[in-house]
Amino acid sequence: MEISLFLSAAVIAGTPLLFATLGGILNEKVGNLNLGVEGMMLMGAVAGFIVGFKTNNALLAMLAAGAIGALGALIYAVLTVSLHANQVVTGLSLTIFGTGFSGFLGQKMVGQVISDQVKLSLAPIRIPLLSKIPVIGEPLFNQSSFVYLGYISAILLFVYFLYTNWGLNARMVGENPAAADAAGIHVNLYKYIHILIGGAFCGLGGAFLSLVYVPAWQEGITAGRGWIAVALVIFAGWNPLKAILGGFLFGGLDILGFRLQGAGLSVNQYFLDMVPYAVTIVVLVIAGIKKNSLNAPPKSLGNAYFREER
Amino acid sequence: MRESVMVELKNITKTFGTVLANEDVDLIVQKGEIHALLGENGAGKSTLVNMLSGIYSPDSGSIFIRGKQMNFDSPKESIACGIGMVHQHFKLVDRLTAKENIIAGNKGSFFTSGKEIEKKIISLCEKYDLTVDLSKRVQDMSVGEKQMLEIIKVLYRGADILILDEPTAVLIPQEVERLFNIIRRMKKEGCAVIIITHKLGEVMELCDKVTVLRRGKNVESVDIAQTSPKHLTELMVGGAVDLEIQRVKTENKEPVYEIKNISVMNSDGLKALQDVSFTMHTSEILGVAAVAGSGQKELCEALFGLVKLSQGELVFKGENITGKTPREIYKKGISMSSVPEDRLGMGLVGSMDIVDNLLLKEYYTQKGLFINRKPLKEKAKELVNRLQVSTPGIHHPVKQLSGGNIQKVLLGREIYLEPDVLITSYPVRGLDIGATYQIYDLLNEQKKKGVSVLFVGEDLDVLLNLSDRILVLCDGKVTGLVDAKNTTKEEIGMMMAGHTQETIQNKGGA
Repeated sequence: MEISLFLSAAVIAGTPLLFATLGGILNEKVGNLNLGVEGMMLMGAVAGFIVGFKTNNALLAMLAAGAIGALGALIYAVLTVSLHANQVVTGLSLTIFGTGFSGFLGQKMVGQVISDQVKLSLAPIRIPLLSKIPVIGEPLFNQSSFVYLGYISAILLFVYFLYTNWGLNARMVGENPAAADAAGIHVNLYKYIHILIGGAFCGLGGAFLSLVYVPAWQEGITAGRGWIAVALVIFAGWNPLKAILGGFLFGGLDILGFRLQGAGLSVNQYFLDMVPYAVTIVVLVIAGIKKNSLNAPPKSLGNAYFREER
Repeated sequence: MRESVMVELKNITKTFGTVLANEDVDLIVQKGEIHALLGENGAGKSTLVNMLSGIYSPDSGSIFIRGKQMNFDSPKESIACGIGMVHQHFKLVDRLTAKENIIAGNKGSFFTSGKEIEKKIISLCEKYDLTVDLSKRVQDMSVGEKQMLEIIKVLYRGADILILDEPTAVLIPQEVERLFNIIRRMKKEGCAVIIITHKLGEVMELCDKVTVLRRGKNVESVDIAQTSPKHLTELMVGGAVDLEIQRVKTENKEPVYEIKNISVMNSDGLKALQDVSFTMHTSEILGVAAVAGSGQKELCEALFGLVKLSQGELVFKGENITGKTPREIYKKGISMSSVPEDRLGMGLVGSMDIVDNLLLKEYYTQKGLFINRKPLKEKAKELVNRLQVSTPGIHHPVKQLSGGNIQKVLLGREIYLEPDVLITSYPVRGLDIGATYQIYDLLNEQKKKGVSVLFVGEDLDVLLNLSDRILVLCDGKVTGLVDAKNTTKEEIGMMMAGHTQETIQNKGGA
C-alpha cells in the first residue's frame, strides 16, 4: 500500500509538469522554442487561484488559467512570429514578466487557502475497472478530474500530431517553414494557434499547483517546474505520450525527499531537493548524445521565418 | 488564340531594398507549351517565377491567369489557381515520408490515412510515368527521387501550370532524359510548363518558346525554331561570346602530390573511398568523373586533410603529410587550396563581407593582437575588379550575391594564395554561361602558372575538353585513369558505371 501511496503522490506532483511539457511540445512542434513556460505557469497559477478564490467555481478558475496562459503566449507569439524577435530572449522575458505578474496580483493572496467547494469539485474520482489494476490502478485512476484532463490532452495531442492533416501541417511548419509555405500552409497562423494553445496548457499546469497540489497561494509557487518542463520536452522526444511518463517520473523525484524523510531515512534534505534538477541535466546530456533522427527536435526550431528572405 | 493563353505577366517590377530584380518584364505562356526562361545568374528569372507562385509579390505590374487578373498574397492562392512550382532548392521536409510531403497543406479528410489518397497518387504516377516509394523518408532519397517527389506533389494538387526552377542542375544524364519525357507528357496533357535554365542544349531540345531576361529586363521572346544556341547566348550575355573550351598546352609536368592507396570511411562506417592511388602533376588539370556520391567529396576532403584516412599515405613533394590538419599542412609551407562543393557551407561565411572572407585564410599569419584589414581591403578591391564580381561593394555580405559571384569570390581567394595544388569541386554548378567560362579560364590560367588542378565536374563534355587526364570513380574505387585526348564520353560513362579500364579495352579488342 505504501508504494501505491507514493505513486499516487508522484502522479499529482507530475501533473503540472505534464501540462507544461505538453505546452512546450505544442510550441516546439511549430518551430518555436518558448522559454517562457515558467512565466506562463505562474500567470495561470495566480489567475486560476484568484478566480477560484473569488467565484468558488473550479471550472471558471481553470478557464481563467488557460486564458491567461494563452495571453502570455500571445505576447510571445506577436514578438517572435510577427516581429521576428529572438525566441530565446523573448521567452526569458516572458518568464520574468510572468514572475512579476503573479507576484503583483497575488500580493494580497499570500497564505490564502482555496475554498472547500472548489476542492470538492476537483476531488479524486475513482474510475471503475481501471482503478482495480494492481499497483498502478489506484495511483493513476483514482485522481482529480484535472489529472484526467492531462491524460486525455496528451493522448489527443499524440493522435493529432501523428494522424491528422492539421497535425502534419503543423509538423511541416516546424521542420521546414519555407516548404510548408510553398505547400500553401499558412505558416504564421499555425504558429499562432499552437503557441497560444501551448500557453493555455502551461497556464493550466500552473493552476493545478495553486488549485489542487498546494492548494493555497504562495509566491513563486512553480519553483522552477517550468524549467524542468522545458527539459522534459526533450526527454519526451517531442512525443506527447512520453510526456506522461516523463512528467510522472519527475513528479516522483520531486516528492522523493519528503517521502524518504517520512520513512525515517535521513538523507540530506538539500541533496534531495537537488535531485530533479540534477536528473534534468543528466537527461539533457543523454539527449545530446543520442542521435536518433525520429526523436530529434523540429529542424527549424528557434528560427524565425521570413518569406521574402533571399 | 487568346483563350489558350494560360499565363500573362505585364510590366512586372520587383525590387529588393535597392536591388532592382525585375523591371517591366512581360511573359506570355500558352496552353500545351514548354516555355524556357533563359538568362544569366541574377537576371531575375527566379524572382519572376516566385511572383507567379505567390512567394513574392510584385511592386507593380499585373498577373493574368487564364485571362483573369490575379493578386497573389500567398502560395496558397497561387496553388488554388493551378500553379505548381518545383523549386531549385527542394521544398521538402527530410524527416517526413513521401506521402506526408505530398498531402501536407492539402484540404482533405481530417485524418492522414486513407486509401483514396494513395490510389490517386498511383494513378498520377501511371499517367506521367513517375515512380515514388510513398513510405520512404525524404532524408533517404537521392536527388533524382526528391525531384520526382516534388513533381508528384505539384501534380497531386491538380496543377496545370508548372514551373520548374533549374530542374536539371543536380541530375545525371539519364535522369535528365527521364525528366524531359515527363515534361513532354505534361505538355501532351495540355499543361503549360515554364522551365528556368541556362543550359542552352536543353532549351533547344525540349522547349517550344524561349524568353530571355538580362539584368531584370525582357530581352526577347522567340520561337525555338527561329533561333540558335549562339543567338540565345548573345541575347543572354548581351554580346558575342566564345563558347570553345580550350585545353591549354603546357610543359614541365612533374609529379607534385602522390596519393597512395588511401581509404576513407564515411559517417556510417562504410568505405567511401577504397584503395585509391594516383599522382597529381604540375601544370595539369586532372578531371574527376563520377556519379554523384561515388566518393568524390571524400576524395577532395582527404586530399585537403579534412578527413582521417583509414589507410594509405599522402605525399606532397616527397614529404609525407598523412594525418596532418589543413593548418599544419599550410604551416609547412605547402600551399593547397580547396574550392568545396558547398560554397556557403564550407567555402565562405555567408554573412561576412568579401574582406572578412579573405581574412579567414590569412588572419593567423598576422602578428599582434589586432587584425589589420587594410591589405585585405586592397586585395578585395583587386579581386572584385579582376574577376568582375558584381557586388554593391566589398563590404556587402557574400550570401546576398548571386551564385556565380559567390563562386568567383571563393575561387579568387584561393587563387590569391598562390597554391601549388588547387582542388575544385563542381566549381560551375548552378552558374550561368558567362560565369562558367570565366571559371574555366581561371582554371586554365592556374594551370599555365604551373598549378596542379583537380577538377571534379559533372558535364562530361567539359571534362573531356578541359582536363588533361580524367580519373573515374565508381563506389569509391578508381575504375580508370585515362588521357582525355584518347577517350570518349561512352568509355567514361562505362567506367562511371563500374566497368574498369581493362575490361573495356578487352571488349574493344575482342
